[in-house]
This record gives sequence, structure tokens and C-alpha cells, in this order.
Amino acid sequence: MALLDVREVDMVFGGVHAVQNLSFSVQQGAIHSVIGPNGAGKTTLFNMITGIYIPTRGAIELDGDDVTGKPPFELAKRGMSRTFQNLQICMNMTAIENVMVGSHLRLSQRLIPSLLRMRSITRADNACREESAQLMEFVGVGKYVRSHASQMPYGALKRLEIARALAAKPKILLLDEPAAGLNQTETREIDELIQKIAAAGVTVVLVEHDMKLVMNISDHILVLDYGKKLAEGTAAEVRSNPDVIVAYLGGA
Amino acid sequence: MWSQPRTGPLLLTAAIIAILPLFLPNTFYYDIAIRIYMNAIVVVGLNLLIGYAGQISLGHAGFLGIGAYASAILTVRYGWPPVVALLAGAAVVAVLAFFIARPILRLKGHYLAMATLGLGIIIYIVLTTESRWTGGPDGMAVGTLSLFGMELSGERKWYWLFGALVIVAIWLALNLIDSPIGRALQALHGSEVAAQVAGVDTSRYKVMIFVVSAVFASLTGSLMAHYVGFITPQLASFFHSIELVTMVVVGGMASTYGAVVGAVILTMLPQLLSRFEGYELVAFGSILMLTMIFVPKGLVPTLAARFRR
Repeated sequence: MALLDVREVDMVFGGVHAVQNLSFSVQQGAIHSVIGPNGAGKTTLFNMITGIYIPTRGAIELDGDDVTGKPPFELAKRGMSRTFQNLQICMNMTAIENVMVGSHLRLSQRLIPSLLRMRSITRADNACREESAQLMEFVGVGKYVRSHASQMPYGALKRLEIARALAAKPKILLLDEPAAGLNQTETREIDELIQKIAAAGVTVVLVEHDMKLVMNISDHILVLDYGKKLAEGTAAEVRSNPDVIVAYLGGA
Repeated sequence: MWSQPRTGPLLLTAAIIAILPLFLPNTFYYDIAIRIYMNAIVVVGLNLLIGYAGQISLGHAGFLGIGAYASAILTVRYGWPPVVALLAGAAVVAVLAFFIARPILRLKGHYLAMATLGLGIIIYIVLTTESRWTGGPDGMAVGTLSLFGMELSGERKWYWLFGALVIVAIWLALNLIDSPIGRALQALHGSEVAAQVAGVDTSRYKVMIFVVSAVFASLTGSLMAHYVGFITPQLASFFHSIELVTMVVVGGMASTYGAVVGAVILTMLPQLLSRFEGYELVAFGSILMLTMIFVPKGLVPTLAARFRR
């Protein structure tokens, strides 16, 4: 059974058909990529899967349950997490607090014990802080563990966002252009990090703009163009697909 | 581990409150100190909503007014024990805030400001016109408060009650901020979509903190009614709401001690400016404008950042 199943979804904004009759599924494990030229509908697709947009038509199933139109926090409870193309870091908080927000669902949310700072709250919070520091180390921003988010450089914030997503212990992690705006060295490091995450058993779905980037690390690739599925398969299959070559290099 | 230092500043505040009476020559000064403390409690609660969760309310004096009038009406007209009346007032405010919060906290920015402003004005109008219950614009008298069989009479006794409550309010606020709930509130301020993706039911949290801050205001309003002994609808006026918001902003958004400092400054300012005879309001307005231009983040966060460097 597929972990994520997208069935015949459509997304219409006014007169723009951003995604058209798109179906695909993501199997448990490994790295899946969605690629396509600018404006192909990649981020729109991500926003539908993660509950930010409600599809105009079609259905989305997560782990066998219909989750179409469920808000993001409901999806988080079912093990879905994501990062954003345009960073969504809380600049009013410290770096480690940003990561700790990722563990929200595993911590007590009761008002009165929190107001009275009961032992159970502080104990769980200390453990969470410890764990979040380890996660920051894991994604490679360990040296910012005592920094405020607003003091961190762009590349480190991209990793911090991944750490926050991982703090939720997701089954499926969607990364929206994790390498956008990074230089070549940083991009290679992000690729290594994504492979480490996948090796730890998290199913990764990756949106990338740059095709050659994802070719090396993806087990399965979906190519979008003008909101439609253009091709699907392994890196080698996609690379040799004549439609993909036309879309990326221009028709003859 | 690496959380904010907590006990030090709290003990310092407690020490200041404990020592201050040595420097208060007469009951007039006690009265000013008590008014500072009352404002501080409300503003510490309001800062949770405005400073931390990033949601504006221009109607919080309304909740203070409901608390005050609930205590007044229930004790005077129905003979309820003051403590029961105070809790009943807080319960009414909590329920009211809960049902109002869900629809209006969907709004953002100016729209939320307008909606909360409208709420405050409605409460003010109801308190003014329902004169059968509230005495109308002329106000109504309220009896004294007894706690544990001891009657709270005279500024000195009230000073200790409000002084202790300021410490409790700060302690509760600091606890809440440094908890998963507090981080969820700050996260929905920093990036609402990021908070949702992390599993935070953002509308539930906005409602929760709106109710908590309204209850802070209501409880203070109830005690205020007993302390002052005579209340008018001016308690719930738009101007009072603006005053409370100004205290949050001047002291510093998202800083609990900033809220306290804001309450101290804005409560004392009219007293200090009284020598400007007739020009107090001009001086008051100028100070606010200068604060906004030169310390837009508020006094305490700006000074704290300077010391850290």
C-alpha cells in the first residue's frame, strides 16, 4: 500500500489551472522527487498535500486514510511534516525554540499545569531541549544552539527548518526546494543530509527546480509541466524521456 | 538548561515591592503604587496576547469593566460573598471571551483591531445604559472585601495584596511562556503556517490566550472595584483600553518585565506631568511619539539588547 496517494487532483485559482488531473503515489521509504520548470505547479501540489490549499477536485490519501482538505495540524498528527521554499522560521524565537516547536504534539498542551510549571512539564521540556540540540547537531547547525534565529545566516536557517520538521518524528517529510539559494558546496551538503534522513527511515518527498541536483539521490522522479504529469520513473528513465528533454531544453 | 534566568529577576521585583513602603510617605503614594500594580497585572496578561501571540486587542478594558461590575452587582444587589462574586465575574468573562474569540481572532491586523475595539465599545455602552443594574454613567458604590475573615481596609493592606498578586501574575506569565503552549503562541506569531505544520491548532491557541488575558483583566477589575469602592463605566472606556495597549508597547512587546515597566511609567507619568498644568496631554503624547520613533521595540527589550552587547 502506498504511504501517500494523490488521485486525480485539480487546483484552479480563478482562471489559472495550476494542477490538472494529477495522480501519483509515494511508496514507503526512499527519496521521491517532483521536478519541473518554474510555474509547473510543484509548490501548489505540495500545498495541497500538506493541507495549505484544498484541492478543487480529487482526493489525497495518507496511509490509507482520506485526508483531503484536512488542516495542516491534523496532518502533522498523522506523521506529515514539511519545509518551505520561502523560509518559515520564527524570527521572534531562539534557534532551539524553533526546533522545539516541532515536538509540539509530543508535549503536554494542558493550560493549568503549564501556568503552574508542574514538574512533569519541566521534565518533558528539558528532555525536548536536549533532543532538539541533538537534532541541530544532526542537520549541521550545532554551533547555533545558543543563538537567536535572527542571528543565523540563510543556509543555516534552511537546515534549522529541516531540524524543526524532523523534531515531529514524521513518517513522511516534504522538502520544498531545500537547495534554493544555496551555493554548490552547501547544496552538496544538503543532498548528503537528505540521504541521511532517508536512511533513518523517513520517506522523503523533494521538490526541486534544478534537475541534475535530484538525479543522483532520487529513487523515483515525477516530472510536472504546466500542472500536468509529463513523465514518471527512475532517474535514468526520466532522463531519456523525449518529452522531458523537450520541456527542459525546448522543442526542436 | 539554557532557558531564561527566572528566579533572579522575580526575587528582585519582590524585593522592590517589599522595600518600597519604606519610601512611601503617605497614603497618596500608596494609592499610586496600588494603581501601578493593578495596571501591571492586567498588562502582564495583555502582553501574553499582544506581545507573545501577536494578536491585538483594543477592547480589554471591557473585560476589566465586566469583572468590576460583576463584583459590584453580585455583592451589592444580591449579597454574594465578594470572593464568589469575583470568581463568577471571571467565569462570565471567560465564557464571553471564548465565544467571541473564535470568530474575531480569524481576523488579522487592522480588522482584528476594529473588531476588538467594537467589542470594548459595546461593553461600555451596555454598562452605561443598563442603569437599572449598573447605576448608569453615575456609577455605583461597592462594599469592602474581606479575605480569610480579615477586612481589607486602608491603602496599606491593599498594597500587600496587589504587591503579592503582581508577583503571582509575573510568575504565571513566565511559566506559560517557557512551556510548550508558550512556544506554540510565539510560533504562531512568528509564522502561522509554520506553527500549523508543526501541529499547532493555531485558532485554538489564539482563543486560549485571549481567554487567559481577559481573565487577568476581569480578576483585577473585581479587586479594583472593592479597592476604589466606587466604579463608573469609564473603567471600560476605549481610552482605558488604549492606555493598557500603550503600556504593553512602551514597556516592550514580548517582555513580561517590559509590561511591568510600561505600567509603572504610564501610571506615574500623569502625576509627574501635573506641573505642566494644562499641557499634560501634550507632554504625554510627545513622550509616546518619541518612544515609538526612538525605541520602537519598547524600553526593556531595547535596554536588554544593549546590555548583552
